[in-house]
Amino acid sequence: MGALAVIALVGRLVVMFSLLFAVPLAFAMHEHDDAEDAFVLSAAITLAAGLAMSLATRRFRRELLPRDGFLLVTLVWLLLPVFGALPLRLAIPGLSITDAYFEAASAFTATGATALSGLDALPLSVNVWRCFMTFVGGLGIVVLAVAILPILGVGGSQLFKAETAGPMKDQKLTPRIADTARAIWVSYGLLSLACLWSYHAAGMSWVDAFLHMCSTVSLGGFSRYDASFGHWNSPAIEAVAMFFMMLSGVNLVLYFVSWRARSLLPLLRNAEAQAFVGAVLGTILLIAGYLTVDGAYADFGEALRHTAFHVVSVATTSGFTTLDYAQWPLFAPLLMILLGCFATCAGSTGGGIKMVRMLLLLKQSRRELIRILHPSAVTPVVLGGVAVSERVMHSVIAYMMMYGASLVGLTMLLLFSGLDAVTAFTAVLACVNNIGPGLGEVGPAVNYGSLTDFQTWVCTFAMLLGRLELLTVLVLFTPSFWRR
Amino acid sequence: MKILILGAGRVGESVAESLLSERNDITMIDTDPVRLRALQDRMDLRGVVGNGIQPSVLRDAGAEDTDMLIACAPADETNLVVCKIAHDVFNVPTTIARLRSNEFDERPELLGKQGFAVDKVLHPESSVTAYIRKLIEYPEALQVLEFAHGLVSLIAVRAVAGGPLVQHTLAETPRLVPGVDMRIVAIYRQDQALPQLGGETRVEPGDEVFVLAATEHIRTVLGALRKMDRPVKRVMIAGGGKVGLRLAREIAGRYQVKIIEPNRARCDYLATELPGSVLVLNGDATDEDLLSDEGVADLDLFLALTNDDEDNIMACLLAKRLGARRVLAVINRRAYADLVQGTQIDIAISPSHAVIGELLAHVRRGDVEAVHSLRRGAAEALEGIVRGDAKTCRMAGRRVDEIALPEGTHIGALVRGLHLADGSEVEPGYAKPRVLIAHHDTTVLAHDHVIIFVPRKRLIRQVEKLFQVSATFMF
Repeated sequence: MGALAVIALVGRLVVMFSLLFAVPLAFAMHEHDDAEDAFVLSAAITLAAGLAMSLATRRFRRELLPRDGFLLVTLVWLLLPVFGALPLRLAIPGLSITDAYFEAASAFTATGATALSGLDALPLSVNVWRCFMTFVGGLGIVVLAVAILPILGVGGSQLFKAETAGPMKDQKLTPRIADTARAIWVSYGLLSLACLWSYHAAGMSWVDAFLHMCSTVSLGGFSRYDASFGHWNSPAIEAVAMFFMMLSGVNLVLYFVSWRARSLLPLLRNAEAQAFVGAVLGTILLIAGYLTVDGAYADFGEALRHTAFHVVSVATTSGFTTLDYAQWPLFAPLLMILLGCFATCAGSTGGGIKMVRMLLLLKQSRRELIRILHPSAVTPVVLGGVAVSERVMHSVIAYMMMYGASLVGLTMLLLFSGLDAVTAFTAVLACVNNIGPGLGEVGPAVNYGSLTDFQTWVCTFAMLLGRLELLTVLVLFTPSFWRR
Repeated sequence: MKILILGAGRVGESVAESLLSERNDITMIDTDPVRLRALQDRMDLRGVVGNGIQPSVLRDAGAEDTDMLIACAPADETNLVVCKIAHDVFNVPTTIARLRSNEFDERPELLGKQGFAVDKVLHPESSVTAYIRKLIEYPEALQVLEFAHGLVSLIAVRAVAGGPLVQHTLAETPRLVPGVDMRIVAIYRQDQALPQLGGETRVEPGDEVFVLAATEHIRTVLGALRKMDRPVKRVMIAGGGKVGLRLAREIAGRYQVKIIEPNRARCDYLATELPGSVLVLNGDATDEDLLSDEGVADLDLFLALTNDDEDNIMACLLAKRLGARRVLAVINRRAYADLVQGTQIDIAISPSHAVIGELLAHVRRGDVEAVHSLRRGAAEALEGIVRGDAKTCRMAGRRVDEIALPEGTHIGALVRGLHLADGSEVEPGYAKPRVLIAHHDTTVLAHDHVIIFVPRKRLIRQVEKLFQVSATFMF
């Protein structure tokens, strides 16, 4: 029975996950805050549940089939927020199950949308837990498992594909998938260390630096403070944040490739990374100019500082804020959110369509236009000197189709539940693309706490759907997946 | 000289043909007995059937006392291995390999004596590409060849009424084209070379004129003999083979390029390799609907570069009929090339001859730097270095009119001050080499590079002697 074999593996991953509680627990013990018991209890429950799952199904353990990957990844991503939500529910009085699950799912998917207010008053360890989940989920928990656990066997490469982002997942960097996963995690780890140190050097305390490093490199967007980066009002800290958000928005594999080639050329010559940086810089200049002309800021320099931070933050799907940009004329924040839908590169920790898909679609459009003029022209879509196969193109177009359908469908659900149009639309955009803050009732100055339970569940589903790039989740809804 | 040629393909055949006419003993190795038989019937050479990378076959072919081995099998690997075996086992003094890949040139250790022991590499594809590129740059010319590291060019051009020099005598040249020193070295009228060129020789419309001049004056020279066309902008290439791809890649930035290729898979490859500005079209170059849809009427240059002579001729005729300004065909068979050159097809290129020159420079006696085969092998222009002094050499220290040149042969230009191979300066005080167009009173000095036009092949032996230094030579 396929599903049972998958559950056996999920059990082991849950056991592994219970070890992660050690991090917030250490902070709680050190600070002697109120959340100590909550973490001990949660770790115990998680460990017990994981052991129960894997022991009950141990007779069914076998090598994974390729199709099992989708079920396993989706199950892991549905289940882990349940365990991740446990300490939040236990430590924060009055938090509903819905909001706790929303918060944990938002952390895992590196969305950064929060249903909590009064963050400053929470126990430190709870904030650590929120940010640490973002860090782990940002790159992918299954990728982590593939990297450090040999248990997954050959099926590992299938799992890897089901979880990582981007349309072209067949290029292996190393002969063994586990080495690739490890290489990506090493790049991620080194980037994190650099970020941690830079935040501290820019003036944060070590604890704040750790927390914000976690949600910066994962492009999550959680902060320990309600005011987010507005808490410091420091250009140096904002510059560090922007720098590392941009670095994390680039395909992490490129760092590994550059290191292996001992040269920055693979990074600088990458068409996707160039487009990413170009799109972000262009949007910054456009919005800064627009805000100056519009009169929101008297001085272009000041407009540039605020625009740069928020464009980078939203475009990389982080969602940090220093002020309430919802007060800007609607054009600016909406443009930022639309850019966030596609700006980050495949293989980064960002969400959304990914720049590579956008480039492929643009090239495809250009190709159709050329075909009208020259019916016999042969114009394959070429990216980085390699022709992209028709299969990939079809999958990109199908992805876009489903992406559009998901946006419309989820927005209609929220409208149905009584939200206003701007809130409904931007909440769906912000969740599917894992950005975090939307506009209206879910804008940067407010949070998702005001939504009804139904609306919160819709947003939760949107985050998971977006994080797993639609296909992994949606394939489970096809009858042929369940047919033998 | 005893020469061993491996591979009886197109290149092998034309190499054999041009070397035979110079009284060399040629043995040819190929695996195809039918092909060898056909060549043996037509040419005075010996054929050995077998796989040339086997030492026994090489021994049968007489590799032990061979002076030169030329490997022009279709596969690079065969040519490399044969050179290695010829050098290591049979001590063949000179080995030449035809290679398609350029990557070996970048790694001297691979071609050195410790590597594959290749003394000289032939690149037919890059020779043809360079040839065609010159013609795109100078669309009025029939052929442009470089000497002395590109300082001097030999320009072949068809005179057209309207050029300032046309219907005037050569003596009037300095008056009609002031400020530019050039020398007309040969005129072909109705495919026959004029036997004597003198001050009173008149340039008629339709003449094929060969001119030597410094490279920077090419445009002026062309303008003297015909009306200048507008520069080339739109180019269409029929045939996306190796030459087509190379050419398209090299000219992509400067011209609007379209390339037609019938094979769909090859089209995909071309479109991947070439920059986005090159339009790759899948179709037949002889399909008139495709040609007119793609705007052949506005083309400045149509290049037919497929492997099929007939297709190239038909595609060019069609393109010309549909309005292309100038058409150029690659034609392998000499009979066809003679047939169509100068008719509606403006230029016929024979690819095997583009490469022969590189080879001939090795076969020539004396210190010959470069040789270009002209008029499909009938004539030749060669660049040699004068060695020795007035006692040991027939040229050094003499005025041009004192040198005993065979009839019809002309010294066109001298280049003085080119550095020696070891980098030392020949003529102190001159940082840059100078180009001297030869007049009757120009004096030739030792170390000069002399460029000589030879109108008939049988005169070459006498010209070679001019460059040879002999200890016994007494005046």
